[in-house]
Amino acid sequence: MRIKNKAAIAVAFLFGALMLIPLLWMIGTAFTETSFKMRIIPNTPFTLDNFKEVFTMIPLGQYYLNTIVIVVLTFSIQFVIITLGGYALARGDFYGEKLVMAIIFMQLIIPNDVLIVPNYLTMVDLKMVDTKLAIMLPFLGSAMGLFLLRQQFKTMPAALTDAARIDGASTMRIIWQIYVPNAKTAYLAFAMISVSYHWNNFLWPLIVTNSVSKRPLTVGLAVFAKSTETALLWGDICACAFVICAPLLILFFIFQKQFINSFASSGIK
Amino acid sequence: MNKRVSDKAKRTVSSWLLLLPGVALMSMFTVYPIFKNIYLSFCKTGFRYKVPKWVGTANFSALFADPVFWKVLKNTVAFSLMTVLPSMIIGFLLAIILNSKFRGLRFLRTAYFYPVVMPMIAVACIWRYLYMPENGMFSSLIYSIFHTRIGDLLSRTETVLPALAVMYVWKEIGYVMIFFLSGLQNMSEEYFEAAMIDGGNFWQILTRVTVPLMAPTTLFVTMIEITNSIKLVDHVVILTQGKPNNGSNLLMHYIYQLGYEFFDQGKAAAVTSILLVILLLSSLPRFFNSDRAIHYN
Repeated sequence: MRIKNKAAIAVAFLFGALMLIPLLWMIGTAFTETSFKMRIIPNTPFTLDNFKEVFTMIPLGQYYLNTIVIVVLTFSIQFVIITLGGYALARGDFYGEKLVMAIIFMQLIIPNDVLIVPNYLTMVDLKMVDTKLAIMLPFLGSAMGLFLLRQQFKTMPAALTDAARIDGASTMRIIWQIYVPNAKTAYLAFAMISVSYHWNNFLWPLIVTNSVSKRPLTVGLAVFAKSTETALLWGDICACAFVICAPLLILFFIFQKQFINSFASSGIK
Repeated sequence: MNKRVSDKAKRTVSSWLLLLPGVALMSMFTVYPIFKNIYLSFCKTGFRYKVPKWVGTANFSALFADPVFWKVLKNTVAFSLMTVLPSMIIGFLLAIILNSKFRGLRFLRTAYFYPVVMPMIAVACIWRYLYMPENGMFSSLIYSIFHTRIGDLLSRTETVLPALAVMYVWKEIGYVMIFFLSGLQNMSEEYFEAAMIDGGNFWQILTRVTVPLMAPTTLFVTMIEITNSIKLVDHVVILTQGKPNNGSNLLMHYIYQLGYEFFDQGKAAAVTSILLVILLLSSLPRFFNSDRAIHYN
């Protein structure tokens, strides 16, 4: 179904402009001297003082490092786990296959974000409260990743594996040298979802950590925003929000199509 | 026959070895906590108890007798209604527009979708200012049109949930849109051309061809959107902390409050159990029509 009506297209553009207002305001406010009147297009001079201020007020550098460590480690470990598991599931035909699929669907229906109370107690038992590992651990066995890779690996022709096997290749070699290189799109899709999910995740890291050296950006910003009394600090808050959003937004503006496709292929954030 | 059995036995060993890390982690942080949570719902926990103490249904009867719980439940249902329906209607219309061909499509796609990749925490920090009572953007806009002050949207019971919902819809429509867009793109243009040749107008084609053809996608998006709207708390933590008078307290935030502000993890677990039932019920339709309705491919 397509639209050719000029008026409808004009409305679409107007709506697009409205959607952009919060972003424009955030960028404009972050990069100009703070004024008392809220304007979409700022009329105060350009400055980087807001950034200097937030970097001295809160340990943004440390938070940044923490977030990067969490995001990179989480995806790297997920990558190995879902590759091995995805291969087994795609090959199928083993005892207990249904059980594994049932566990996967369980996590797809009940996301770990909801299970904060029992998972927190598990972390207490494991003496892992206030560690980066505790932030990552519940998300490392990703049902969505396993499912995505299973679907992708299923499309590979069996002849490919058989040929490699006749040549004497081990299962591990088949996985890493034949399956992995041929599933780039699935990995890319999962990488974008995993990275943006963990870059933006908030409640679980808030609960399970309490020291600056472990906490990610989102928790840092939330603590800062709640400790300040609104009005006059908006330049600082916007600078801080900009610093947090910028990497993902820039990636999105460049790889727009891939981002949208990967979210469309997931169905779960 | 024998060879096939031993083949399958061999494959079982290697499959389980390959799946071991994934299954172990999922068991530990998804399966086990679900059962542990159900058990905890029937216990008292906290500083005074070394191990959780079994108290039967006391947590549930305390909850059901507490007007705050019912208010939170009502808020959660209201918030889901206020967000799921509008974001689906708007997302659907935007998908139809983006399925057309004209200059500026890339710009529009960016403008509609970018909020999805922003963290809710940052979004809430920005919208806190947009909603400010005196010089916030909304109140200035309304003042310049209607010459009345709307006051603080986030501190009045009648306006706080709708205000949170508007922000949420702004963040979510891009996400909803892409599912409808991929649904539309998988649909043959022939249906629409046939309908147009038969003299159907835009409205007739929309309601009698497009909407029925999109039913599986719509079902799938509804499930996801209900789950998403229920599990999110970040906006409540930043903007209202459930205030005023629990007027914006939602189930997931209530769990957080009970467990980590009031340190009553038994009661928090009881609310979580109720939330689990809601999530299970709202995802049931997905499995009635499994392969068609699950849209993961």
